[in-house]
Amino acid sequence: MDFGFTIAAYAVAAVLFILSLGGLSGQESAKRAVWYGIVGMAIAVIATMIGPGVGLWWLSLVLIAAGGAVGFQLATRVQMTQMPELVAIMHSLVGLAAVFVGFNAHLELVRVAQTLTEAGLPFPQPAGPLSMQAYEMLGTLSNFGALLGKKTAVEVGILRVELMLGIWIGAVTFTGSVIAYGKLAGRVDTAAKKLPGGHMLNAAAAVLSLLLAILYLQGWGIWTLLLLTVLALFIGYHLIMGIGGADMPVVVSMLNSYSGWAAAAIGFSLGNDLLIVVGALVGSSGAILSYIMCKAMNRSFVSVILGGFGGVTGPAMAIEGEQIAIDADGVAAALNEADSVVIIPGYGMAVAQAQQSVSELTRKLRAKGKNVRFAIHPVAGRLPGHMNVLLAEAKVPYDIVLEMDEINDDFPSTDVAIVIGSNDIVNPAAQDDPNSPIAGMPVLECWKAKQVFVSKRGQGTGYSGIENPLFFKENTRMFYGDAKKSIDALLPMID
Amino acid sequence: MKIGAPKEIFPGENRVAMTPESAIQLKKLGHECLIEAGAGAAAGFEDAAYAAVGVTVVPSATALFEQAAIIVKVREPSAAEIARLSADKTLISFFWPAQNAEALENAKATGASVIAMDMVPRISRAQKMDALSSMANIAGYRAVIEAGNNFGRFFTGQVTAAGKVPPARVLVVGAGVAGLAAIGTATSLGAITYAFDVRPEVAEQIESMGAEFVYLEFEEAQDGAATGGYAAPSSPEFREKQLAKFRELAPEVDIVITTALIPGRPAPKLWTEDMVALMKRGSVVVDLAAERGGNCDLTVPDQKITSANGVTIIGYTDFPSRMAAQASTLYSNNIRHMIFDLTPGKDGVINHNMEDDVIRGATVAHAGEITFPPPPPKVRAIAAAKPKEKPKELTAEEKRATEVATFRAQTKSQVTLLAVGGALVLGVGLIAPAAFMQHFIVFVLSVFIGFQVIWGVAHSLHTPLMAVTNAISSIIILGALMQIGSTSILITLLAALGIFMAAVNIFGGFLVTRRMLAMFQKS
Repeated sequence: MDFGFTIAAYAVAAVLFILSLGGLSGQESAKRAVWYGIVGMAIAVIATMIGPGVGLWWLSLVLIAAGGAVGFQLATRVQMTQMPELVAIMHSLVGLAAVFVGFNAHLELVRVAQTLTEAGLPFPQPAGPLSMQAYEMLGTLSNFGALLGKKTAVEVGILRVELMLGIWIGAVTFTGSVIAYGKLAGRVDTAAKKLPGGHMLNAAAAVLSLLLAILYLQGWGIWTLLLLTVLALFIGYHLIMGIGGADMPVVVSMLNSYSGWAAAAIGFSLGNDLLIVVGALVGSSGAILSYIMCKAMNRSFVSVILGGFGGVTGPAMAIEGEQIAIDADGVAAALNEADSVVIIPGYGMAVAQAQQSVSELTRKLRAKGKNVRFAIHPVAGRLPGHMNVLLAEAKVPYDIVLEMDEINDDFPSTDVAIVIGSNDIVNPAAQDDPNSPIAGMPVLECWKAKQVFVSKRGQGTGYSGIENPLFFKENTRMFYGDAKKSIDALLPMID
Repeated sequence: MKIGAPKEIFPGENRVAMTPESAIQLKKLGHECLIEAGAGAAAGFEDAAYAAVGVTVVPSATALFEQAAIIVKVREPSAAEIARLSADKTLISFFWPAQNAEALENAKATGASVIAMDMVPRISRAQKMDALSSMANIAGYRAVIEAGNNFGRFFTGQVTAAGKVPPARVLVVGAGVAGLAAIGTATSLGAITYAFDVRPEVAEQIESMGAEFVYLEFEEAQDGAATGGYAAPSSPEFREKQLAKFRELAPEVDIVITTALIPGRPAPKLWTEDMVALMKRGSVVVDLAAERGGNCDLTVPDQKITSANGVTIIGYTDFPSRMAAQASTLYSNNIRHMIFDLTPGKDGVINHNMEDDVIRGATVAHAGEITFPPPPPKVRAIAAAKPKEKPKELTAEEKRATEVATFRAQTKSQVTLLAVGGALVLGVGLIAPAAFMQHFIVFVLSVFIGFQVIWGVAHSLHTPLMAVTNAISSIIILGALMQIGSTSILITLLAALGIFMAAVNIFGGFLVTRRMLAMFQKS
């Protein structure tokens, strides 16, 4: 039981984890950074197994190996377009694990209390040094049990608060992630849905949770904890059901954040600093991502979580003009003449699996000496950075994939802008129409390009359900059809 | 209908209103075409070329005026030509009705319809028949060529074995169609080009043609769009400022091309005698406004003179005519488009539709009435330019002041945050035991590190970031590992499940991150 060694190992692991996250500041350093994370995790697990986790280590190894095999399968099979689903489902695992660990802490606490009381020893421990008998008695328990047995009354109280928080957040994360997964994978209707009562239900569940939490702290037993878990599961389910598909980037980052806080809460209850450090890192990372996504949509975090677009302050500006369709010949002719091309991909590109075709188009255009670049809106797709990953998979060099702020000023000097499967992120109403629900949201100003082609399946509106005046502009042509088929039709005509 | 083009009788006028090419197009509209013998000769179009495309060559102007129902011309008609018109005839030509009131009166008396090409309203739809623009374009080009012809040096800077040649510096005053054409020509010849215009909103157009906009700092910016794209007279203060700027530029520039015109007024005097005196010997001034008195004090219309200090001042008024082939081609196309609009049925029948904005605007006499000036067109010429807010140049003190203000605001918000955060932490410290506080410090510091580190993550790597944080959040496995050794079956079972799930996550998360990162490739 070399705890000093374990803590030293934890310190090393914590440093490695921080480096691992910090390394993601650049594409090249990121490749190294992921190894820091892997090594950090290995050190942490090994140190725990030979330190405080003695007992049943062979079973642990078998389980880790089995889990590893499953994880390997998942990671190697997943399509890059399914990335958001994978991330969501993995969050649910962390959430569930946190719930289990939290319950275990409670069960162990009850057992320890029972054992000590049966032996006629006081529990929680009175303040001051441990009595000799208690020390001997604790030696017969498992390491974890011994840890709990040493706690004083205040510490036990805090422990209960912590494990309860861990369980609650973990449970919300679990159902929330499962629903998010379902929505992203198309197994659950992506539209925002609420049970009658809407957010009042959530609020009621939250209040009830608080009530149960107080009862649990008063020592009303495990049923309060179980009921609390059920309520948390419901909140997770209902909260995410009420959020629409295009807000998923925020939801996924938020769940990411929650899984971190759950880990941190569990870390407190187990007195494990590494859990706290990593939980806090992950939690703040997710929180920042959510913040960035919200900012990119010009919406407050609360309004995203409460679901749907609101706050329409007046009639929308009337749109003049008509949508003019164009065929592949016309688009190809314009592309052949253009010197600079900007492609704006959106979720539609992912749905149509068109990234390979887009990449091929890019290659052909670049081979002709044209300046082809990609403009990525922060909330394009269903996961932060989703488009970047898809384009990287299709071997589009990352140095021509630019962020909104980097490229927005270049549109006036762009000959052709191609919008593939995005809608709200290129909606000029965000700037022109103060009554628009998305007014003030930063958008890609593609309409400033000399010509805009919009590859789109039909004439429908985007996620926000508002008309896009871009489609009616004089320099816009609609290139209707499945994105992949449309781009494939273009390829032979580029010469 | 028979459309006829007579020979221009104005001395030195080389252009012709119909080319063989435009005749082919006119015939497609169902019209017959006539031309006076020798009308196109000066522009390089032989009678035979007309005859070859089926145009009837008429021996004399008298015969042409008799046979044709529509007379197309370039220059405004002479009194003799107007006398030949009659009620069943339409004349399409430049007319300048404001300046030629008498001619207009005479034309009205004949009962003929007169369409003045110079009165075509400046709206998008009418651009194809905007002869003023097409002629101005030629004038702008030709002005640079004339300047080059009289300028003893290269336009472009060169470093040759025989020595270094500095590039010519060209100043274009007035960025209308002619000015922009001159800018384009001068920059493509390699000169360093500056351009000035009283309408600040044309700065973008000037810069798009490759010239540098000579910016004049002046409060009262005017909206040129309100006057159909022309400049309005400017205030005396503005004028003074403008002249001062020109005086500053005069010694530097080699070639000055002035194109400033204000509708219905004599050309403003912008290039004064003293500016010419400031210019270098061998410099050239081309005054495109010579016909209206000239922008330069010394300009003599239709002449090229040399000032006392050796500056050539060109005051020709016939630049388009000097490029008669090009000018005739464009002008005849303008005419053809006008006739196209007059022949909506493409059946050779003229429908002089006075409801049509363009036709109404250009018609100055119709059915024995003078229809000049026209009512304002229903469509506005140019959308009023939104007054652009120029980013104000901040003085050093103002900059410092804003910096200090932002610094103060930042300090204030940071201090507030720290105070609130600190108070909260202290509050927790009051009730929580020391053991908890030890962990709490770790927690607070980790959150802090997390915030510092994550802001540095590249946007494009947000998905890998999520995958990797997902993997490391499986650190929860440590909790399960600590609990699995318990003697209780239930605890062991739950811990085992926890370990398994976390392991899935660890391996899945890290592997998928690696997969993603490996895909990011530089070009």
